[in-house]
Amino acid sequence: MNSILQYIPLNYYVALAAILFAIGVMGVLFRRNAIIVFMCIELMLNAVNMLLTAFSTFHGDESGQVMVFFIMAVAAAEVAVGLAILVMIYNNIRTVDIDELNKLKG
Amino acid sequence: MMVQFAWLIPLLPLLGFILVGVLNKRLNVAMSGGIATAAVFISFIISAIIFGEVAQEGSIPERVVLFDWISSGTLSIPFSFLIDRLSVIMLMVVTGVGTLIHLYSIGYMSHEQDHPRFFSYLNLFVFFMLLLVLGSNYIVMFVGWEGVGLCSYLLIGFWFKNIEYSNAAKKAFIMNRIGDLGLLLGVFLIYMTFGSVNFNEVFSGAENLPQNNAAVTAICLLLFVGAMGKSAQIPLYTWLPDAMAGPTPVSALIHAATMVTAGIYMVVRSNVLYALSPDASSIVAFVGIATAFFAATIGLKQNDIKKVLAYSTVSQLGYMFVALGVGAYETALFHVITHAFFKALLFLGAGSVIHAMSGEQDIRRMGALKKALPITHLTFLIGTLAIAGLPPFAGFFSKDEILAKVWMHSPIMFVILAITSVLTAVYMFRLYWLTFYGEFRGSEHQKSHLHESPATMTIPLIVLAVLSAVGGFIGMPELFHAPHFLNEFLAPVIFKASHEEASHTFEIMLMSVSVVLLAVIMYATYSYYVTKKVTPEEDSEELDSFAKLLVNKYYVDEVYAALITKPLDKLAAFVYKYIDQGLVDGTVNSTGTVLNGISGQLRKIQTGHIGAYIFAMVIGIITILVLTMII
Repeated sequence: MNSILQYIPLNYYVALAAILFAIGVMGVLFRRNAIIVFMCIELMLNAVNMLLTAFSTFHGDESGQVMVFFIMAVAAAEVAVGLAILVMIYNNIRTVDIDELNKLKG
Repeated sequence: MMVQFAWLIPLLPLLGFILVGVLNKRLNVAMSGGIATAAVFISFIISAIIFGEVAQEGSIPERVVLFDWISSGTLSIPFSFLIDRLSVIMLMVVTGVGTLIHLYSIGYMSHEQDHPRFFSYLNLFVFFMLLLVLGSNYIVMFVGWEGVGLCSYLLIGFWFKNIEYSNAAKKAFIMNRIGDLGLLLGVFLIYMTFGSVNFNEVFSGAENLPQNNAAVTAICLLLFVGAMGKSAQIPLYTWLPDAMAGPTPVSALIHAATMVTAGIYMVVRSNVLYALSPDASSIVAFVGIATAFFAATIGLKQNDIKKVLAYSTVSQLGYMFVALGVGAYETALFHVITHAFFKALLFLGAGSVIHAMSGEQDIRRMGALKKALPITHLTFLIGTLAIAGLPPFAGFFSKDEILAKVWMHSPIMFVILAITSVLTAVYMFRLYWLTFYGEFRGSEHQKSHLHESPATMTIPLIVLAVLSAVGGFIGMPELFHAPHFLNEFLAPVIFKASHEEASHTFEIMLMSVSVVLLAVIMYATYSYYVTKKVTPEEDSEELDSFAKLLVNKYYVDEVYAALITKPLDKLAAFVYKYIDQGLVDGTVNSTGTVLNGISGQLRKIQTGHIGAYIFAMVIGIITILVLTMII
């Protein structure tokens, strides 16, 4: 029943996840390099993943961990597509600075 | 029983229309004309066989139901044909005269590039006309009624590149539409009153109604408005003279022999209703007599060969309506038949003259055509004698019968009608002498080009001339102790026959006076137009006021233009400028302008900076979270 994860109190997990998520949000908001923005999104996803694992352990419910696998699979697919898009953008306009991507300006 | 195959009669011209219309330019004139003529001719043969069956003693009216057409609640309208003695007579006239005119057209239209279009329209017209006379209820009749109007429009405007001709076509169509509205309202009222539009149910229902029932009078008057439009009566007659813009065979078939008599057919068909309403009948007689007289006076001063014949047609149609108005339905139909013969003959003869004169229609440029056009001359003479009413030609019997019936009804009307028939003889002989006698007044080029028409054109002329000569014997006056075939034949379909006969002395007087008068008119017009060589005034010459009034057709067109067309044009211009351009366009355009302005402001939100979007998204998420925590 007892898992190694339970040696650390739940509060710590929540705090760490919140910090990681906030870092991710800040990165998405303020960095201009698209690859770094991308990495920050991953950071946010993984913060959530960690929270899901922690809660599932403390509640003794495995479905949370199953959900994490789903998220990881989706994230992998998203990365593949996202990076492909970035490569195409770079090929076209020779930059991945998101401030330069304003073709849809109204 | 051949009656069961009656549906073939209208079907064949329809197939002819489709065939000629589809193959179109791939056909030469002999083929397109041949197909069209054959279609109508086979219909004629079937009609003749059916006529033979229906003519047998004791035959009963036959209904041929093709399919259920409209069926809703208590309303049931089958698409069905009624084969009785009235419809078979009309079948014979339409297909018989139709065949001859189709044949004639092969010669007349041989120089025309667009002949397949002409022949396909002509076949379509015959189809609709047959639908009109065959329909066993008012709705099928109405379909035919509208169809012939459409074909009339298409054929008047056959040379649509000429703006005047296409205007004449539009005029005919619009004037007919006014009449059709009356007819349609009449049919609605019939359905309201009798709960059915089928002829047999309506008429058996009407037989129990009292005389001068308000609903029946209203129905009769509304139907008569329809007849006024189609059969060119005052006040809706002005389209018919303009309709002469079409090719001459069209004038002969549609605007003399068949379509314009649809109004008379309709009234004869509804004779049960008209017999019940003496009030409506008097109005019919009054309008008829006014039309007959005024059209005849206009005919005296027209110089276009086809216009004279057109006004003569209007006048003769007026005669028929007088007969209907005094309750002599068989007599009106008698005149329809004889008129179909001699007026088709006269129009085709005029067409032959125009053909020989290379398109010239002005009788002031003709003259002395007797030598160059012997067959045309002889047949035209027979037609003239028939319409003028010389015994024993066809027109004499039908016209005298109308006069005798009118005499029994009202002597004043008789006097006006008798004067009208004098006028008829005058304008017809004026036309005849000016065209065929005297000196040739056309150009040298026309003179060298004069020729008799080809056989396809002269054969119909000869056949029609024979019919005009002997057609009257189907309705001999009682005086001769010969049976009146037509009256006996029609007895089953006429609800209340007029049995009163004029006295024999009166008939003998009428005949001898008309023969003497005719001789006097022939002599007087001959000495005036041939011996004294008087030709009608040129357009540039000053006329005295009455002649001027006649030449300008009593200014009826001008009055209509001033009273109806001009105000409508003004109204349309007003509505266009203020309602359409001002209100409607203004609303639409300002809606667009306002939306454009708003979106111009809104689009500024779309900065194109991804960072800004994400920032907005994060702010939004935080707001939602905070709100959920608070609430």
